[in-house]
Amino acid sequence: MSLEISRAFVDAILEQSRAEYPDECCGVILGPAGSDKALRHKPMLNAAHSPTFYEFDPKDLLSLYREVDDNDEEIVVIYHSHTETEAYPSRTDISYAGEPGAHYVLVSTRKEIAPATEFRSYRIIDGVVTEEPVTITD
Amino acid sequence: MSIEVRIPTILRPYTKDQKTVEAAGATLSAVITDLDANFSGLGERLLENGALRRFINVYINDEDVRFLGGLDAQIKDGDSITILPAVAGG
Repeated sequence: MSLEISRAFVDAILEQSRAEYPDECCGVILGPAGSDKALRHKPMLNAAHSPTFYEFDPKDLLSLYREVDDNDEEIVVIYHSHTETEAYPSRTDISYAGEPGAHYVLVSTRKEIAPATEFRSYRIIDGVVTEEPVTITD
Repeated sequence: MSIEVRIPTILRPYTKDQKTVEAAGATLSAVITDLDANFSGLGERLLENGALRRFINVYINDEDVRFLGGLDAQIKDGDSITILPAVAGG
């Protein structure tokens, strides 16, 4: 288990997390069905507009899944930012995690480590969190 | 009366990995009862204390059922129901 992701996507996600601060940011990276390849970045709106919660708008969620189906794709990565805490899944993240096949990526922009950032990936299956290595490609 | 129900990955263990199943019922509540009769345990994954679970989204055709009366939403023959896990967290 590991995530391979391009430097451009990592930079774009970190940039989005700074741009939407102090709210959490969120989004997905899609890839061909069954490939587990993170190829198409799609930032999503945080309908909760909150520093402590994120949620895809239900309408956006339906459009996303329709698009994924129509393109014969899968959701490879689901990411969001933690603004003031470690890039580790919160209890809420674990209880909501509904895609057993996805890499759950968390980034953190917390002040203690600024200007450095964290970018970490997990599997969350049946309430169990397993961190996995991230390989960033050029 | 036949309604197509799209099942998300996380609930496919209940439907023997079928992505789409058929169900019957005049309301969403009746459809869920019917689904649970055919796919035991599925009802409990959708409902909690008689209400739709917070982290489950249900759509009739393109409309979120929260705007259609929730469990009382009327279902017509040929409607398509889509169940999706919310993508959310803290």
